[in-house]
Amino acid sequence: MNPGVLATIAAIYGALLLATAIVYVLVPRLSPGKDHKELKQRTNSWWVIVTLLAIAVCFNIGLSIIFIAFLCFLALKEFLSLIPTRRADRRVLFWAYLSIPLQFYWIYTGWYGMFIVFIPVYVFLFLTFRMVLIGETAGFFTAVGMLQWGLMLNVFCISHLAFLLQLHLTVPTAYPPGPGLVLYIVLLTELNDVAQFCWGKLLGKRKIIPKVSPNKTWEGFLGGVATTILLSYVLGPLLTPLRGRVCFEMGLIVAVCGFIGDVVVSAVKRDLGVKDSGSLIPGHGGILDRIDSLTFTAPIFFHFMRYFY
Amino acid sequence: MTRLLRALFVLLIVKPISLIVLGINIRNRERLPLKGPAILVANHNSHLDTFVLVSLFPLSRLHHIRPVAAADYFCRGPVMTWISKNIFGVIPIARKKETRLEGSEAEDPMQPVYDALQRGSIVIFYPEGTRGEPERLAKFKSGIAYLSKKFPEVPIVPCFLHGLGKALPKGEAILVPFFCDIFVGEPIRWNGEKERFMNSLESSFNELTSQLKLPAWD
Repeated sequence: MNPGVLATIAAIYGALLLATAIVYVLVPRLSPGKDHKELKQRTNSWWVIVTLLAIAVCFNIGLSIIFIAFLCFLALKEFLSLIPTRRADRRVLFWAYLSIPLQFYWIYTGWYGMFIVFIPVYVFLFLTFRMVLIGETAGFFTAVGMLQWGLMLNVFCISHLAFLLQLHLTVPTAYPPGPGLVLYIVLLTELNDVAQFCWGKLLGKRKIIPKVSPNKTWEGFLGGVATTILLSYVLGPLLTPLRGRVCFEMGLIVAVCGFIGDVVVSAVKRDLGVKDSGSLIPGHGGILDRIDSLTFTAPIFFHFMRYFY
Repeated sequence: MTRLLRALFVLLIVKPISLIVLGINIRNRERLPLKGPAILVANHNSHLDTFVLVSLFPLSRLHHIRPVAAADYFCRGPVMTWISKNIFGVIPIARKKETRLEGSEAEDPMQPVYDALQRGSIVIFYPEGTRGEPERLAKFKSGIAYLSKKFPEVPIVPCFLHGLGKALPKGEAILVPFFCDIFVGEPIRWNGEKERFMNSLESSFNELTSQLKLPAWD
C-alpha cells in the first residue's frame, strides 16, 4: 500500500477531529443559545463517510468496486424516486438497475472498451427499444431522456471512479496507482465543495447564478478555486504521479468541474421542486447531494490521467 | 421456536429489503409508539407496506408487532395459514361473511385484534381494507372506528406511505427499487362519535399527503 494514501487518511481523520472539536466546543461558545443540530449531524456524517471511503480504498480492488457499485445503486434509486416515472415503465427501470452489476463487472475484468461504450451505446439503445415494446407513446421522449440522463450521471460518470483502480499508467509508479488516484479525486472534490461553501459564508456577496443556486457566489467560487489548487499541490505528489505545474492545472479543473457538477444537480432538483435529493445522510441530504460534483470531476480526471500519463 | 423463525425472517429478508433494496425516508419518527397497546393505521398499496412498517421497530419488539390481514387471502390452505400466523406474525380476520368459521356467527370477527391489544401489541391496520390501485388512497372502511370505540385509550398513529405501490404493485411479481417515504402523523384517539372519528382520521391523512411534494404516478 502506498504510504501516501495511509498518511492522507490519517491526516483526514486529524482534520475531522479538529472540525468536530470546533463544532462541539467552540461554536456553542461563540454563539450560545443557537441550535447547531444540522452542523453537528453534518460533522457526524463525515465520520461515517470518511471511514467508508478509507475501507473502500485500503483493501482489495474487488471490495472497492463493490462499494462504488453500491454507491451508484443508491444514487440511481434516489434519482428514479425523484423523477416522475410512468407506471408503464416499471420493467424498463428494472433493466436500468441491471446495468449497474454489468458495468462494474466489465470494470472488474479491466475491459476498458466495454466499460466505455456499454451504457452510452448498448444500454441506451436497449432501454429505448424496451420502452417501445411497452407501446406507451404519451410522454415517451421525456421518459427515455430522463432515464438516460439518470444513468449517465449516477452510473456512467461515477463508475469512472472504479476504473481508476484498473488504470495502467505509462509513467512508472512505486505502488499500484489506483487507490491514490481515487482518494485524490474524491478528497479534492469534496474539499472543494467544503471550501466553496466556507468562503461563500465568509465573504459571499456577488451571486453567480441566482436562478439556479442562490447561495453560490463569486467569492465562494474563487476562494474554492484557490484553496483547491493549494490542496492539489499537497495531495498531487502524495497520492498521484502529478507534479508541479500539472497539480495547479488539475486543481483548477477539479474546482471548476466540481462547481459545474454541483449547479447541474441543483438545476435538476430545482426543476423537480425539491431542496434535497433525499435524507439518507443526516445533515447532508441525499446521496446525490453529496456526489453531485463527483459526477463531473471523476470522468474528467479519469480521461486526463488516461490521456496524459 | 416460531418466534426465532420470525426474527430470522425479519432480520434476513424483511429488513434488508426495506432498508437496502428500497430505503426509507421517514418524517417524525419520534411519533411512532415504542410500547403497545397502539394501532398503526396506514394506507395500503403493496405487500411491502407491512415489510417497511415492521422494519421501523427494533427486533426486540418484534413479537409485539402484529399486522392485521385478510383471512381469505393469507389463510388459503394449512401451509399458508401456518406461515402467515407464525412467520409473518399476522392476525387473520374474516373480511367476508362466507369465510367466517362455521358456528362462530355470534363472535365478533375482530376478536383476535381485541385480544392482541389487550396483550399490549402494536397492531398494524389498513383501513382501506385492500391494496387497491397503486398510489391512490381509497375510502377508509369504518372497522377502525369500531376498534377505536372499544379501546378509546389506545392511540391511533396514522402513517402515510408513498412509493411502495411503484416498487411492487398488486399483481406484479418483479420488485423495482424505489425509496419509500413515510410520514407519521400525530396520534389520534376515539372522540365519541363514528363520523367525527372517521373525519379526523381522513383529515390527518390528507394533511400527511399534502406534505409530499412529488409528482403523481401515472
